[in-house]
Amino acid sequence: MKVSLTALKTYLDTNATPQEIADKLTSIGLEVEEIIDKASDLKDFIIGEIKSVDHHPNADKLHILSVFTGSETLQIVCGAPNVRVGMKSVLARPGNLIPHYNEKLEKGVIRGVESCGMLCSERELNLSDNHEGIIDLETDLPAGTSILEYYKPDVIFDVNVTPNRGDCFGIKGIARDLYAAGIGTLIPQEIKPIKGTFISPIHVRIEDPDCPQFVGRYIKGVKNGSSPEWMQRFLINAGLRPISALVDITNYLNIAECRPLHVFDADKLTGDITVRKAKEGEKLDALDEKEYTLTPEMTVIADDKGAQSIAGVMGGTPTGCTSETVNVFLESAYFTPMSVAKTGRLLNAESDSRTRFERGIDPDSQVSGNERATQLILDICGGEASEIIIAGSEPDWHHTIEFDFGLVKKICGIDLPKEECVGILEKLGFTVNGNTLSVPSWRSNDVKQSADIIEEIIRIHGTDDLPYEPLRGAGLPVSILLPHQKREASVRRALAGKGLNQAITWSFMDSKLAKYFDSKGIKISNPIASDLDEMRPSLIPNLLSAVKRNQDRGIKDVQLFEVGPEFYSYTPNEQRLVAAGVRAGNITPRHFLETQRSVDVFDAKADALAGLTAADAPQNLQVQAKAPSWYHPGKSGSFCLGKNVVAVFGEIHPMILKIFGIKTPVSAFEIYLDNIPHQRAKGKSQKLLKLSPLMPLTRDFAFVVDESVEAGKIVSAIQSADKEKITDISVFDVYQGDKLPSGKKSIAVQVTIWPYEKTMTDQEIEILCTQIVNLVHKSTGAELRA
Amino acid sequence: MQQKIDEMKPVLLKEIQMAASLTALEDIRVKTLGKSGSITSLMKELGSLSLEEKKKAGQLLNTLKTEIAEAIEKQKETLALKEMNEKLESEKVDVTLPIRPDTHSGRIHPVSQVIEEMLTIFAQMGFDLAEGPDVEDDWHNFEALNIPPSHPARQMQATFFMENTEDKILRTQTSGVQIRTMENKKPPIKIVAPGRTYRRDYDMTHTPMFHQIEGLVIDTKTNLANLKTTLFEFMKLFFETDDVSLRFRTAYFPFTEPSFEVDVGCSRENGEFKIKSGAGWIELLGCGMVHPNVLRNCGLDPDVYQGFAFGCGIDRFAMLKYGIPDLRSFFDADMRWIKHYGFLPLDIPNIMSGLSLNAGGKR
Repeated sequence: MKVSLTALKTYLDTNATPQEIADKLTSIGLEVEEIIDKASDLKDFIIGEIKSVDHHPNADKLHILSVFTGSETLQIVCGAPNVRVGMKSVLARPGNLIPHYNEKLEKGVIRGVESCGMLCSERELNLSDNHEGIIDLETDLPAGTSILEYYKPDVIFDVNVTPNRGDCFGIKGIARDLYAAGIGTLIPQEIKPIKGTFISPIHVRIEDPDCPQFVGRYIKGVKNGSSPEWMQRFLINAGLRPISALVDITNYLNIAECRPLHVFDADKLTGDITVRKAKEGEKLDALDEKEYTLTPEMTVIADDKGAQSIAGVMGGTPTGCTSETVNVFLESAYFTPMSVAKTGRLLNAESDSRTRFERGIDPDSQVSGNERATQLILDICGGEASEIIIAGSEPDWHHTIEFDFGLVKKICGIDLPKEECVGILEKLGFTVNGNTLSVPSWRSNDVKQSADIIEEIIRIHGTDDLPYEPLRGAGLPVSILLPHQKREASVRRALAGKGLNQAITWSFMDSKLAKYFDSKGIKISNPIASDLDEMRPSLIPNLLSAVKRNQDRGIKDVQLFEVGPEFYSYTPNEQRLVAAGVRAGNITPRHFLETQRSVDVFDAKADALAGLTAADAPQNLQVQAKAPSWYHPGKSGSFCLGKNVVAVFGEIHPMILKIFGIKTPVSAFEIYLDNIPHQRAKGKSQKLLKLSPLMPLTRDFAFVVDESVEAGKIVSAIQSADKEKITDISVFDVYQGDKLPSGKKSIAVQVTIWPYEKTMTDQEIEILCTQIVNLVHKSTGAELRA
Repeated sequence: MQQKIDEMKPVLLKEIQMAASLTALEDIRVKTLGKSGSITSLMKELGSLSLEEKKKAGQLLNTLKTEIAEAIEKQKETLALKEMNEKLESEKVDVTLPIRPDTHSGRIHPVSQVIEEMLTIFAQMGFDLAEGPDVEDDWHNFEALNIPPSHPARQMQATFFMENTEDKILRTQTSGVQIRTMENKKPPIKIVAPGRTYRRDYDMTHTPMFHQIEGLVIDTKTNLANLKTTLFEFMKLFFETDDVSLRFRTAYFPFTEPSFEVDVGCSRENGEFKIKSGAGWIELLGCGMVHPNVLRNCGLDPDVYQGFAFGCGIDRFAMLKYGIPDLRSFFDADMRWIKHYGFLPLDIPNIMSGLSLNAGGKR
């Protein structure tokens, strides 16, 4: 809300500087977002008077002016079309900063003629967008007078009023808060009841409980000209456009005192006024030049013809005031915040009136507001007022709070003398009687309980002198992460340690892509963009999009991972935490020592395994050749514990890559962190390490098997030959080709045998090797390669 | 004999010294000390001498033999060294060639890093870590937080609504975790809860997804002074400077009362942002004493229990601390950005060595 210093000073007597006022407002909860001080922009400019106008010898559209500054006459070249002898305008002299250009004016030579200043347009001074010609001041002020004398620019505070403070949507309320906080004294506003000279020919009937009270008055014989200059200035400073005296008066009281009003042209009303719910489909041409179709949830002010005004939101054009208006009917009513908020929301109609009603205006201001407005109308527009009409009664706003002043210390931790607390409350308008506080009408909407009182006291007192009281638990700090939280942190570090870069991508994605990733259709009804309309069923698609973005920027080899939620339900907590990663392009850049190769399934498997290890997954994971549909069916797999899949990995399906427009291979993995069982808590001490004093020996085997046989099966068969002595089994060659029958492959394995107690004899070694071959044969049908 | 030796010795020594290769040296050895070498021949002559002469000449010959053998050995070492040096010289590589590609230097996203930094501080203060769901219901995100349906604050937070549901939304704030915690645990409660949050906003300074961390302390005595002190200590530790000044401005949040927005003193010189007192202010977080209605909604008696809550944007803290300009870039997954603003995997915030390398992360 824009509050000018002049407007503020009609309610508050103070000598405080604008900065002091702004700082105080900000501190007590009325944040000043900006102090707009036009005076500082304009202070160097003076009134200049054109004494002569000559044509420029070298340019058709330019004139050479002599401009009197009050003490001397300057030669100025000017291109404005509206120059004339005797005209007074705003003169900028060399050195003056021109606000619109933010540049200092310099003496210049224009087409061969010296120019020692400039006459300004409104745009050049940031007064308006008008740049048609120079400003024609039409003033009696003499040349040389500061332009501030003419414009009398005001300091304007742009105040951010929080939704709980309906009362501060009026300047009067802001003044009261400043007064309570020690800035100035309140100027009492006297309201004299106006004795009517006749009975209003229009009567009011309330049929809707959302309007507890309607106070009206008929005023006849008014003249709706323009409002006085001070009022226009007030409105302009508040960001409003002056329209006509009657409209300006209602806007003025709305902004100044948070008292929304409406003035009907009484001659355009038919019959009496009824406050009622709108009829289904009832229409109204409103003052914002829109036609609204109303519904029975909305309260309207109607005459015999139908709805003429949307209660608390906006008046109608057919009964609005014009320059021809002679007789008016003034409305000062109370509508419940809920009803106005709802109507405004349903119609999507914004107005200053709605802003105030829905936040709660002073429920005790219908009569006083009507009196204030009547007085202003009579003063400005003349006319004769009827007796006041009061329909309904003011809502019951009176309430008291039993307040324990000891709570200030208990909640805020600071000992404030009771007198100070009482003083603050009284200045804010509370009546304090021992521990019983009566809440003033204008705060009855937001002050309801002790906590609200504590807030009032501490916000006005301030927090600068709160004591230093650290919050310390007993004992020394311990780790605060739960096991699964620790796991997430270590997986993140482990994956980064594998050379993957951590990304954070949106939790949502394009439903058109989600369908390829086992989508459960968890959709957002109002997405920020149509391609961000579904909660992601997997982290992979957003990572693939990131691969594509990077590649489009020229980064072909991409390594990314993310740890975050994927969604499979609308129910809160039915989401699961996943660590997923992708590698695209080549595994390393081109290098003279390295053979370049594309990423493949084994890169994905290695990444998945690194994550699983960091997550402290059990050792006995089984690898299965099964993975979701977005993986290459032949180059993918999963890590499982029985039926429980803890991770999947593989190369991304070429069709998926095509959909994402990715031209390089991509390897990917997903670790379902929530599926990894927590290892049962064991002691911290490790199993005792037994080091063999003997030397290990190695034996190589080449097995020929059907090509469908998995190497993993061979390895576990070998291991079963001796779980202790066989300490390592490494597959060092896989061959399939001409030298073998078709459908066969050869798998070469190096087995490390490490005896512990005594050196093995040749015979013992021979026995073990035979056993290995037999076991592998039994399990896979393998034969030793000849 | 003496004479023979005197004549032979200098000639032989010189020959050894002149030997240019191990082969030449071996030739000399064979020629002198070999089976039919010159010194060996002289040894053989000893037999024809008298006992006394034999003894004397034998001594002389032995000395000569040792001297020559030593000289050969010495020259052998010299030549071997020379040969190796020549070989090594021929193996010279261009050391300006690049190292093997480093495939183990991934980075941690600044948001994760900053969360860990924050948790390191809150761990010291004895807070627990709590979590809540991203898809939230109206009760936990609004209603229980004292934001009824008609409340204007609902419009302040542009909410994402879930399709086909009555009351499911994407959480607009982490404050729902306050409710979930109080519903499930009796005080004393002392938690922080970081997480993803969502609002329907997308421009220079807003993204539809961002991160918040929530703090909640509930017991029978924690007060506003504790809140202010806690935040003050937190800021000092987080920004790794003692020159911290805080400004509490009264604000309005439905779930706390009194409520404050907290500004921290800062300066901007030559485009560089710095936390310091006395220059200017920047808004950092919102906080306040938990509203009695919120306590009631969680089944706690506000006459018995009280405490504070605070919430702040993690991304914003990361931007301020590490000088990252554009919020939108946080969620773009641009490899260049992550590598530039991200953290090394072993750069783990801790109390022992501090939150960040070089106290402020200049790397």
